[in-house]
Amino acid sequence: MSEHIVTAFDQELNALKQKIAEMGGLAEKMVSDAMLALSRRDAELAQSVRQMDARLDALQREIEEAAVLTIARRQPMAVDLRDIVATIRIASDLERVGDLAKNIGKRVMAMEGQTLLPKAVIGLMHLSKLVLMQLKVVLDSYTARSVENAVDVWQRDTEVDALYTSIFRELLTYMMEDPRNITFSTHLLFTAKNLERIGDHATNIAETVHYLVTGASLPLDRPKGPGSITALSDVSAG
Amino acid sequence: MIPKDPMIPEIPMTMESPMTMPATPDAALREKITIRDLKFYYGTSLALKGISLPLYDRKVTAFIGPSGCGKSTLLRVLNRMYDLYPGQHAEGEVLFDGANVLAPDQDRNLLRSRIGMVFQKPTPFPMSIYDNIAFGIRLYEHLPKAEMDGRVETALRRAAIWNEVKDKLGSSGLGLSGGQQQRLCIARTVAIKPEVILFDEPCSALDPISTAKIEELIDELSSDYTIAIVTHNMQQAARVSSQTAFMYLGELVEFGVTSQMFTAPSDKRTQDYITGRFG
Amino acid sequence: MSYYPARRRSNNLWMSLSVAAAGFGLLWLVLILATLLFKGFAGLSLAVFTEMTPPPGSAGGLLNPIAGSIIMTVIGVVIGTPIGMLAGTYMAEYGRTSKLTLVVRFINDILLSAPSIVIGLFVYTVMVAQMGHFSGLAGAVSLAILVIPVVVRTTEDMLNLVPNTLREAGAALGMPRSLVIRHIAYKAASAGLVTGVLLAIARVSGETAPLLFTSLNNQFWSTNLNAPMASLPVVIFQFALSPYKDWQALAWTGALIITFSVLTLSIMARLIVAKGKTR
Repeated sequence: MSEHIVTAFDQELNALKQKIAEMGGLAEKMVSDAMLALSRRDAELAQSVRQMDARLDALQREIEEAAVLTIARRQPMAVDLRDIVATIRIASDLERVGDLAKNIGKRVMAMEGQTLLPKAVIGLMHLSKLVLMQLKVVLDSYTARSVENAVDVWQRDTEVDALYTSIFRELLTYMMEDPRNITFSTHLLFTAKNLERIGDHATNIAETVHYLVTGASLPLDRPKGPGSITALSDVSAG
Repeated sequence: MIPKDPMIPEIPMTMESPMTMPATPDAALREKITIRDLKFYYGTSLALKGISLPLYDRKVTAFIGPSGCGKSTLLRVLNRMYDLYPGQHAEGEVLFDGANVLAPDQDRNLLRSRIGMVFQKPTPFPMSIYDNIAFGIRLYEHLPKAEMDGRVETALRRAAIWNEVKDKLGSSGLGLSGGQQQRLCIARTVAIKPEVILFDEPCSALDPISTAKIEELIDELSSDYTIAIVTHNMQQAARVSSQTAFMYLGELVEFGVTSQMFTAPSDKRTQDYITGRFG
Repeated sequence: MSYYPARRRSNNLWMSLSVAAAGFGLLWLVLILATLLFKGFAGLSLAVFTEMTPPPGSAGGLLNPIAGSIIMTVIGVVIGTPIGMLAGTYMAEYGRTSKLTLVVRFINDILLSAPSIVIGLFVYTVMVAQMGHFSGLAGAVSLAILVIPVVVRTTEDMLNLVPNTLREAGAALGMPRSLVIRHIAYKAASAGLVTGVLLAIARVSGETAPLLFTSLNNQFWSTNLNAPMASLPVVIFQFALSPYKDWQALAWTGALIITFSVLTLSIMARLIVAKGKTR
């Protein structure tokens, strides 16, 4: 894309893009740190995740203010307008990702001192890897303005859903086996749900990238994977 | 009368290719004016290189494009204003309710009574406000005084200027402010009951408040008139029109639903122009 | 910055020269007016306006030359103005780009600067010589010939100043060309057109040369256009050259009357233009 006649406009758009990149990096780190804290049962690390969230919130606010100012100043049209709208949307998605990571950190701290089945965490680590991958690919697709990668992420959300469903069943099994497992299993269940939600935000971002690049929206209903859990999962999602 | 929202795209079946929405407007639209392969010459230089597009009945069509792209020229073909000047001629077809406006036997004065025009600079005639309106009506109708008064009032009301001038109808139209003069000109145009109104950059000499009033007026008039507007202000085109045509170097680059043109134009030149990346 | 003082000096120098030149020009005007007032004012009395030109040595006035001047000027203007306006209108409105306009403009410019005595000789040849005697009518015709180029020039210039957008606005209502000219262009240019006529009157009312060959002079009261007719300039010419003191005094008074009439007309013309501009 060639540059604007008004150079300052390009600078403003670039600044927004960089802030999103920063937010993206921060959100990814929060998710991976939170999961690391969970696997190591490291309350200190979990605490640091909670602290990172403040920075993420501040960034989101900065992006929103800068975007509003740019709209007021430049009256953006077409791709520029979509660019700024995309920025606002992605910032808000990333801010939610941060909140969910923070929530995982809280649960790690809440589970401090409790015993839990080590095998119960393995599935979650798989899920987090997949979700982090989704997040990374979609953020790269935003930076590179790549529709193909974004659509990939959008379609691969079924895998996240499937993995979440299996973890759900696994944890349910542990709870039924032994009532002492219920407390940590519930925490892990929420953690799994949080990861699944982070995956949803990644798909949201994918949709935004698609709109940003093509000007058209993706269909409203995402492809659903087989065997998604129904009523039960909705209750647990809270 | 809200047109089907063109922003909601048809859901594509495949995800592989970027989706582009079709620029075809609602099928219910009736073509009031149909321009077919219009070429226009200033002497020997070709200013319009084969333009084809419709103006839909009771819709606002905006023409945008850089200076010299031919958008004003196109407007001046529609009411054959170019006939005033020697050495200018048009080829092709401009069908107005099916009849070719460019036909040699076309009565130009009759045509111009059906296709009114509002200019860039306000052009009140050097006469009283009342006569500015009545003058045009007298060309076509002989009305008794009372009836004429009524027509003048209706026209001034239609142009949302009645309240500002009703106490000074006898004073010169030149004494009004720029925005009022422009609304007076619109009233004058409306008074002779045209079917189509052409606006040639009607707000470029006006302040934002007057501009807003004119835009509001255009919005209102669009329920009764087919409107074409040339503007350099893209936000204005986005605000007032339902269809937009982007012209460049005498060619029609893109024509489509306005909301589509300003959020996701399909041609790169349109994109570059409306986002300020030209040149 | 170092150039600044030098620029200032140079500016001051040229400014002083310009002021001096303007003062020099004005000085002569003031001297002329002062001389006229000094020499002519004493002779001003009611008798000047009520009595005929006297034989040498007796008392009298200037009634017959004043009346003659007015009659011939009025007829000259009445003949010359419509011809001049129509020609000017053709040149500015219909034939703006035609070759005929170029030719007419060229000839008109020559006529505008032609020595008025040449016109007197011409009218002498075609009228006085044919009719066998001098006449007021021939005088009026020669004045008309002087009026025409002035009116042609001002009419064309003033109509050219009317913005084309105003004509287009008229045409856009479906007004035929002739109506646009009559009701819009003339109205917009009215101040200028009136000024042109006033300037033409001012120009011809002081002319002596053409009248010497056409209307000659008449010692007595006469409104017969077919006979020689007195006029102020010719009487001034004749009386001023005479050896008689009282005739010379009357010549000064006549000169005073004519000069101030012309001055008044010029000032009126200026005022009308100024008023037209502020409106």
